[in-house]
Formats: sequence, C-alpha cells, structure tokens
Amino acid sequence: MTLLSVQGLAVARGGLRTVEGVSFTLDPGQALILRGPNGIGKTTLLRAIAGLQRPVAGRIDMADDAVAYAAHADGVKGALTVAENLSFWARVFGGGGMDTALSAMDLVPLADRPAAALSAGQKRRLGLARLLVARRPLWVLDEPTVSLDTASVLRFAAMVRGHLAGGGAALIATHIDLGLDAQVLDLTAFRAKADRAARPAGFNEAFA
Amino acid sequence: MIALLKRDLRLAVRAGGGFGLGVAFFLILCALVPFGVGPDSGALRPIAPGILWLGALLACLLSLDRIFALDHEDGSLDLLATSPLPLEGAVAVKALAHWITTGLPLIVAAPLFGILLHLPGAAIPALIVSLLLGTPALSMLGAFGAAVTVGLRRGGLLLSLLVLPLYIPTLIFGTEMIRRGQEGGSIATPLLFLAGITAGTLALIPFAAAAALRINLR
Repeated sequence: MTLLSVQGLAVARGGLRTVEGVSFTLDPGQALILRGPNGIGKTTLLRAIAGLQRPVAGRIDMADDAVAYAAHADGVKGALTVAENLSFWARVFGGGGMDTALSAMDLVPLADRPAAALSAGQKRRLGLARLLVARRPLWVLDEPTVSLDTASVLRFAAMVRGHLAGGGAALIATHIDLGLDAQVLDLTAFRAKADRAARPAGFNEAFA
Repeated sequence: MIALLKRDLRLAVRAGGGFGLGVAFFLILCALVPFGVGPDSGALRPIAPGILWLGALLACLLSLDRIFALDHEDGSLDLLATSPLPLEGAVAVKALAHWITTGLPLIVAAPLFGILLHLPGAAIPALIVSLLLGTPALSMLGAFGAAVTVGLRRGGLLLSLLVLPLYIPTLIFGTEMIRRGQEGGSIATPLLFLAGITAGTLALIPFAAAAALRINLR
C-alpha cells in the first residue's frame, strides 16, 4: 500500500513555476529526503503536498487527512505553557500520547514554562513534538532541524526512525545528514525550464 | 472545535490578549460624549441610541485584525488548515471567541453606559436585545474581513474599509430598535430585520471567509 504517490508534479510560487515533472512514491516505513539549492521550490512542493497550495500540473494521490505538516513556523503560542500548546494540538488532531511526545523531545522539565520563555531550539522541539500527538501516517517536514543542537538532532532522528518503524512515512526537506536510511531526491534536475516558466497565471490565479 | 474555542478564550484573557479592550473603548466613548455635547438630557437622549451602537461597532472593529493575523504569523493557521477541523468550522469558532471576548462584555456593560447617556429605563431592554441580536453579525462580518486581509502587513486600514460598509445595516436597525424602545413604539420590525441580517450572516459568512483564507494561504 502506497501512502503517497506524486506524478509529474509542477508547482509555482508567485505565478512562476519552480520545479516540474517531479514523480515519486512513498510506502509505509520509507523516508524521502528532498535536497536542492535555496529557491528551487522545496517549501512550495511540500506545501502543495500538505494541501495548502494547488499544484500547477500533475497529481498527488494519498488518503484524506494523512499529512502532519511542520514548517519554519512552529505554531507555538507564547502566552500558553508548553503542555497547553501541545494538548491543544493533541485535541485538534484527536490524538493523545502527550507524555510520550514530551519525553521524546526532552520537554518534560519545560512542560509548565510559558512558551514565550523558550529558546528558538526549544520552540522547534515543541513544534516537532506536535507531530507525535497528531498521529498522522505521513510527516511532511520543511527543514525540521533548523536551530536544533546536535543532541536534539539525534533525538529527532530517533523520533523519525520510530515513526518509520511504526508504519509511517516521512518527506523531509533538509540540508544536513540525519543518518536515516532514506532515499534522496535532488530537485535540481527538475528545475522548471525557462521558456515554460515565464507564464504568470494572471489575476484569476486566486480563483482557479 | 471546543479545543480551539477554549484556546482562543484562554489566549484572550492571558497577558496581551486584548480582553476588555473593547469594553474599555466603549466606556471611554460613552463617558466622553456628555463632555462633548453637554450634560443636558434633552441633547443627550436623542443621540444616545446612535452613540451606543457606534461605540459597540467601533469597539468590535478594534480587535478584528487579531482574529486571524496572530495565527497566521506564528504558523498556526497553516497547521489548522491541515488539521481535521473544517476551515469553515474554525472560522465560526474564532468568530464566536471574538464575540465572547468583545461582544458579550459590551452587552453586559451597555445598560450602565446607557444611564451615562440619559437613556430612559424603558429603552434598556431594547438596547440589550438589539446588541444581543446584532453583535454576533459584527463579529462574523469582521472575521470575513480579517480572513480577506490576513496575509497583508498593516492590513488594519483595508480591513476597516472592507468591513464598515457591511456593518451599516446592523447599525441602522440596531439604532432604530433602541429609538423605538425609547419612544415606547413597537420594536418588532427592526428586531426582525436585525435577526434576519444576523441569521444570514452566520449561515453564509463562514464559507466565504474559509474560501478567502484558503486563497490567502497559497
């Protein structure tokens, strides 16, 4: 059973195509690392797969409500404590396992601290702990290791390995080596051709 | 959805949440008007319904941009859009949270402020009923304006320009209802119009606002 199947996908940012012709599949237990220079369209591609943006061409096949998405912004509310932030997302996603998630990202000592008092790396750990309470099979992660220290990167890699072992899959855009047994897809080869790229979708883009 | 409502209410009452901002503005307006036009009840009484409704409307407007802008900034809106909650439901819940933190305190405080403006006691029930019926429409229309302007930096001006014309029918019928209550006439006609506007708004706006959010998130 395939969790995610992408065929001939093309995405656009600001009316211009970034990458096109991207195809891959992800089965349970697999991880795929996206690489490529800045601006190639990794974030745009991940947003399209998360359902936040429509692809310009191609198709994305997966089950409904399969994606847990984590991007540059962690969705953390400074006025709430770490535990309150996490339990909100746990209830929204109908998941549980707060304690597991807190200990997986080493947040137990910080649970009662207001999130505004966290450092950037601690906030990121809280954002990643959300993936565990979301209980979604497909993790779509956009540079998850930004501002994490070495120990936290190892913790995160262990968390991803546990997710894969449990039948999940992960699609990760990252520039560092997580030590995962994963395929790597370099998007440089899929860069949109210049002659086809300059095709702004026009005013009606919003209503397409 | 209840989790989202609870979170929004909790955020509103925590430091920097803006709870009470609307009521404070309402108090300032109603307290300053008698200084501006003079304390004479003959001058204040005819304008009291208009001042009360204008105060409620502007107090509502004050906190509108917070409905979605903060969630957009910290990425929560993206995560909500990918969550199992339907976006229409999220819009409705956030408008409800806005109403509970802004509209409801106004309704509770309005009779007191009515006295400041020499509103006769007979008009107080009409005042409360008109605000109860009208302010949910203000919050919901405001959520629509906030959804349209969510990606914009300093979108507050555009938000006001978009939302204020939509507020006019509510303002007209709300004021008319208090005026009729003041004069002892029948309040049925403005009451039905006000209820109709609010019912239509509550039914249709969540879909429009969710569509606007989806476009803005792209």
